[in-house]
Amino acid sequence: MAIWLTKDSKVVVQGLTGSQGRFYGLRNRDYGTNIVAGVNPKKAGEDVEGIPIYATVRDAVEQAGADVSFVIVPARFAADATLEAAAAGVKLVITVTEHIPAHDQARMYNTLKHEYPDVRLIGPNCAGILSPGQANVGFTPTEVAMAGPVGVVSRSGTLAYQALYELTAQGIGQSTCVGIGGDPVPGTSFIDTLAAFEKDPETKAIVLIGEIGGTAEEEAAEFIADNVKKPVVAYIAGVTAPPGKKMGHAGAIVTRGKGTAKAKMDALTAAGVKVAQNPTEIGGLVAESLA
Amino acid sequence: MDLFEYQGKQYFARYGIPVSPGDAADTVEDAVAIAERIGYPVVVKAQVQVGGRGKAGGIKLADDAESVRLHADNILGMDIKGHVVRRLWIERASDIEEEYYASFTLDRSKKLHLGMLSAEGGVEIEAVPDDKIAKVWVDPTVGLTEARTRDWVAAANLNPRAVEGVVSILQKLYTCYIEGDATLAEINPLILRPDGSVHALDAKVSLDDAAFYRHEEVWGDFQGLEPIDEREREATEKDLQYVGLGGTVGIIANGAGLAMSTVDIVTQVGGAAANFLDIGGGANADRMADALTVINNDPSVKAIFINIFGGITRGDEIANGIVQAMQRVELKAPLVVRLDGTNAAEGHAILDANQSDLLIKQPDMLSAARKAVEIAAGG
Repeated sequence: MAIWLTKDSKVVVQGLTGSQGRFYGLRNRDYGTNIVAGVNPKKAGEDVEGIPIYATVRDAVEQAGADVSFVIVPARFAADATLEAAAAGVKLVITVTEHIPAHDQARMYNTLKHEYPDVRLIGPNCAGILSPGQANVGFTPTEVAMAGPVGVVSRSGTLAYQALYELTAQGIGQSTCVGIGGDPVPGTSFIDTLAAFEKDPETKAIVLIGEIGGTAEEEAAEFIADNVKKPVVAYIAGVTAPPGKKMGHAGAIVTRGKGTAKAKMDALTAAGVKVAQNPTEIGGLVAESLA
Repeated sequence: MDLFEYQGKQYFARYGIPVSPGDAADTVEDAVAIAERIGYPVVVKAQVQVGGRGKAGGIKLADDAESVRLHADNILGMDIKGHVVRRLWIERASDIEEEYYASFTLDRSKKLHLGMLSAEGGVEIEAVPDDKIAKVWVDPTVGLTEARTRDWVAAANLNPRAVEGVVSILQKLYTCYIEGDATLAEINPLILRPDGSVHALDAKVSLDDAAFYRHEEVWGDFQGLEPIDEREREATEKDLQYVGLGGTVGIIANGAGLAMSTVDIVTQVGGAAANFLDIGGGANADRMADALTVINNDPSVKAIFINIFGGITRGDEIANGIVQAMQRVELKAPLVVRLDGTNAAEGHAILDANQSDLLIKQPDMLSAARKAVEIAAGG
């Protein structure tokens, strides 16, 4: 079983008619994802390689039965597009767009919390979500994944791919890989994802990949100590990052001594998590945990 | 983008936050002219983006043209914790009765805006005990009402004479923070003057680069003044995510997480990275060639570690970029390449068809890091 995204999910792509949206939307469909619609008010009635385009997300929900939205639109439109999906009745919104202003993210998060409490947002600025063998929404390369018992949750896209690769190389498959994204205000947290993996009967172990900035990993450690019985292996990037410098991701910055990799690794270790010293170690540590 | 004090004060002034009259000067003569215009006494302040300016001698009071000349001459060119002073801010000196602290920033944990106010200003906020800081969490969908601001100010136990002025400034500061797309808007110190007025004596403002499109006109003027690393400037011009570091192994990776991890692993195996460089998702041959050019121009680089895990980025594009760059520029250091993920096999085939002594392939991240460090160490 997988969490949140399954072979039964019906996905609408907001941005399917753009070059990026088309590339990934079709790639995701090729993997077997049930892409049922695209949205573009100016191109309603047309199609992209057989995928019908609707004027609004609401039309896609009502006419194509969409229950998941993949938001892949430019940053200045992404917050509105995400809220449009929630208002239209979609229950899972995956927003991969990078460079949404921080204040827009905060407004988007709190609007969802108040007005659409049953809608889950993944992202922004994330790789998306892959349930191997079932469905993929986003950028994750499926070649390195295979279905199996390990849940993966990561702020970074490429490090998640690396983890999938290391697991698959050990012959260990994955239940779902969730990219929560590298921005300061993620819609879905490590804790939300850990709770879902803990409940999922087919997930037997969890890989958590964090990085410098914020305190999400420390909060995850606290949650793990109290609530997670399944083995967790973690990796944290940015041990050697200089303070005050934004390391690529908007959220990856050590501010005034807060958010260091060391503090995160210490908190996770204290919570009983095995912390890998480099991404390559992840595969071996998970194999040990499952043995 | 972090603003200098004088830019922060100009930004504050746009939102009606009271600041001292002043102007920026790049030369001693300008400093004197500004002082003559605004009237004595003045404060001569080094414009550097680092704390502890005062202790380092970068802030001086001057009563006449002669002392402005003396201090400006001393401070311009001064090195404060590695930041060279290129600009001064000359402002009318203020009489200070009390010093407070006020700021807004994003609380990433609560996902709300956090306002902090303390009666103990003028020192780093980290040095102020938590029970001396009055905090307010603001939901952006609700905003900060005046009534809430009053409760917040009351909790800070300021001098009663300061309350009205502080309430007014905090409301303006919140507007500046929100409408101005700041990720930090800090006044330290916020001062009470003997006449009862309240005033921002310093300004620390960080702007959200992602919101630039909403503020092009105003923010455009703030750009290009930060004395950044020459390598960083070149990378930024090429739209590459770059952070200069002090070592000898040049790093190119795709994705911020992998790039950070690559810097870490080089350190782990006993080396030191010269930089962090993320070529980003979907990088093509041109971007790879641009990235290699930037790294190749760094004289401290003795080996270049290219660490790619293809997802959006395709291995064949990366390999083509490497080959193109090797034809375009004369490499000063060998390349150690680790290439996995989407189209990795095609990428390896391209590299194999273009063999060179300066191109060393390694099967995984760890062995590639070791090889790069070994080469950088002269092995």
